[in-house]
This record gives sequence, C-alpha cells and structure tokens, in this order.
Amino acid sequence: MMAARFLRRSIPVLRQARCYADAPSGSSQMSFTFASPTQVYFKEASVKQVDVPTLTGAFGILPAHVPTLQVLRPGVVTVFNDDGSAAKFFVSSGSITVNADSSVQLLAEEAFPLDQLDVAAAKANLEKAQSEMASASDEAARAEVQINIDANEAIVKALE
Amino acid sequence: MFARTSALVFLPQCGQVRNMATLKDITIRLKSIKNIQKITKSMKMVAAAKYARAERQLKPARVYGNGAVALYEKAEIKAPEGVANKHLLIGVSSDRGLCGAVHSNVAKAIKAKIATLTGEGKEVMVVNVGDKLRNILQRTHSNYLLLSCKEVGRKPPTFTDASIVATELLNMGYEFDQGAVIYNRFRSVISYKTDEKPIFSIDTVANSENMGIYDDIDADVLRNYQEFALVNIIYFGLKESTTSEQSARMTAMDSASKNASEMIDKLTLTFNRTRQAVITKELIEIISGAAALT
Repeated sequence: MMAARFLRRSIPVLRQARCYADAPSGSSQMSFTFASPTQVYFKEASVKQVDVPTLTGAFGILPAHVPTLQVLRPGVVTVFNDDGSAAKFFVSSGSITVNADSSVQLLAEEAFPLDQLDVAAAKANLEKAQSEMASASDEAARAEVQINIDANEAIVKALE
Repeated sequence: MFARTSALVFLPQCGQVRNMATLKDITIRLKSIKNIQKITKSMKMVAAAKYARAERQLKPARVYGNGAVALYEKAEIKAPEGVANKHLLIGVSSDRGLCGAVHSNVAKAIKAKIATLTGEGKEVMVVNVGDKLRNILQRTHSNYLLLSCKEVGRKPPTFTDASIVATELLNMGYEFDQGAVIYNRFRSVISYKTDEKPIFSIDTVANSENMGIYDDIDADVLRNYQEFALVNIIYFGLKESTTSEQSARMTAMDSASKNASEMIDKLTLTFNRTRQAVITKELIEIISGAAALT
C-alpha cells in the first residue's frame, strides 16, 4: 500500500493530475445522497456543503471536492442546503464516498435528526457505559464498551 | 360420461375393479379440498401483509444499496483479468417454501456460475443465506459450500442480520478476490428477476486503476470502508430477496386457491350427478320390484 502511494506521487503525469482543481466538468453542484438502512434523508439532492466527522478528522465537502473515501465516527453531520438553512443529524458510523463527478454518497449505519435525541438519556447511558468499563474483562468486551462511551460522549457533546 | 361407461365395460384380465366413486368418497375429498383452500387463502393474506411491509422498507434500502455500489460503478473497479483469482458467491434466499421458483432460480444461477468459473479454472466458494438454498445445493455442490445461515425469512431482515453474515464470512478466512451477491431483484408484484451485485476484496479495490484519483486513502480506512460496503450489499440483497419472496408466495397461494375452487366446483357437480344417479337407481329398484309383484 505504501509502495502504491509512493508510485502514485512519483508519476503524477500518468493519471488525472492532482493539481489545481480542474474546472468542474458540468457539475458545479454535488449530487448528495444521505441514507441509513431504514430511511433516506437526501437522495441525489443539490446542497451547498456537508460537514462530516470522520476517523481522520472532521471536514467539509463542497461541490468539486477531490474524490475520497472516508469512514465516519460517531458525531454530527451538518448539511447546508442551497437556500442557506442547515440541517443537523447524528450518525453512529458509516462511510462517505466523494466521486470524481461530484456525487457524494453518505451511508450511515444509524442516523437521526438531532432533535430526536434526548440529552438526559444520553448522559445516563454514558455513565452506565463508563461504569461498565471497570468491569470489562477481555479485549473485545473492552472495545465494545469503549465504542459505547465514544458514541454517548458524542451525542452529549452534540446536544449541548 | 361416455368415457366412464366404456371404462366400466373394458375390464379385461385385471382383477382390480374401479367402481364409480361413492358419495362418501366424494364428500371426503370435497371436505379436504375446502380445508386446503382455506389454508391457502389465509397464507395469501399473510403473505400480502408481509409483502406490503417489505415493499415499504425496500424503498430506503434501495437508495442505500445503490449508494453502496456507486463507488464500484463510478470507479469501474474490476479484478485483473486472466489471473486465477478466487471467487465468492453469496446466494440469498430463505428458509420457507411455497413461494414459487424463488429458491430454485437463485440455485440455478449459482450452479451456472460455478460451472463457468470452474471451467475457466478459477476457485469458487459459496455462502448461502437460507436453508432452502442449502438443501438444493447440498445434493450436487456440497464441496463448494463455505457457510450456511438459517432462521432467515421468519422476520424481516435487518442491518444487524447482514452484519452478522458479513462478520462470520470474514472470520472464515477465505481470501477471495472478487465475487457476487446473487439475489432476486424485485420488479413488481408479479415479477422478479435473479440479479447479482459485485463485491471485491480490499486488495482488488486498492490495486484497481481508477483508485488513484481518490485522495489520501490508507489501508485501515479502506478496510473499514470495504467491510461496511460488504454489509451494505448483503443487506440490499436481503431486502430485495424478501420482497420478491413474499410477492411470489402471494401469487403462488393465490393460484393455489383458484385451482382449489375450480376443483371444488367440478367435484360438486360430480357429487350432484352421483347423488342423482343413486336416487334414480333406488327408484328403478322400487319400481321394478313393484312391477314384479303386480
């Protein structure tokens, strides 16, 4: 994988040159699809910007963003519509794909609008998970509890 | 009528005699067919209710599933040709029968694919979701079966089910290069089609030519992404499959009920004819007895 990346950097001419952004070929808008297995929030919609929390950090995606694949972490996704309004959703995990034709697929394992979440229940769950951490015995159980803690912390942070 | 009389006459050396069915036989047969018709009618109602729910859940699942395979389509990822690579087929069906040709269609597609792939000298293994598929494949292709999943079809499939299948599959340790999920794609209430969606391994995706345009992907992210994509594609196949299965069961039970009511009509006519024949016979006996006395 490292060799492939090295090779990529040393022969920039052979593929689509990764330099100044080329004039977007016809798509100055992004086709944004945001869905969870049970519900679709945006389907090939045109939006201005999307902020996503990923494992490597949070970043915002505008039309003609460089193509990338990322994995989501528990956090808040903010969608800025064309008319300026913003919609916030909490996602548990998932993936995001930005393709070369400026289409973005945000697939979340679970996603809910922020106003459907209850901060008191989140705090209670967080305390319960933190106390379970002490009694977690093996690696797998510890990892599960850690995921629980991370998710609940993110919910509490998002709602405050 | 004509045929029956000639059958009665034509009784050569066979010792068995086929009497005209007595009233009692016809009554028993009629009762049993009426019971069967009730059962198939109620199965049809249950299947219709389940189908309505499955179709409602299919709409978001379709958007989700199409989003999951969008990367493969837009980046035109394919495995290197000519190399002896390992294939993995995931066949999606269920545990319950009485749903038409749903299971046998998937089994036929899998068998055809196994035949082509082994003809080209490639190695292939099969994961089946659903007992019915396992029964069909076990007879002839049992050495290709990698993993079998039961208890499918009783409740609508969830994302958790798909992730369990994917986890077990990845834990089996079979290093496949590419593969496909074979399922029944739902087209309408009366039609479905066996279809497949491609799946690729992490290495195939990483080494594919168009992946270079995707910025800054490291191995961990790609592995997480691929595992999530695998679960998504399995989930999509499960959802489409259940909808096709319920609609096929609805149509099958509907035609069974119609056949049963046709049989009931025919048997009722036979019953009435037999009843009249019996009455006529008794009358004739009485009249000829009376005539003999006078």
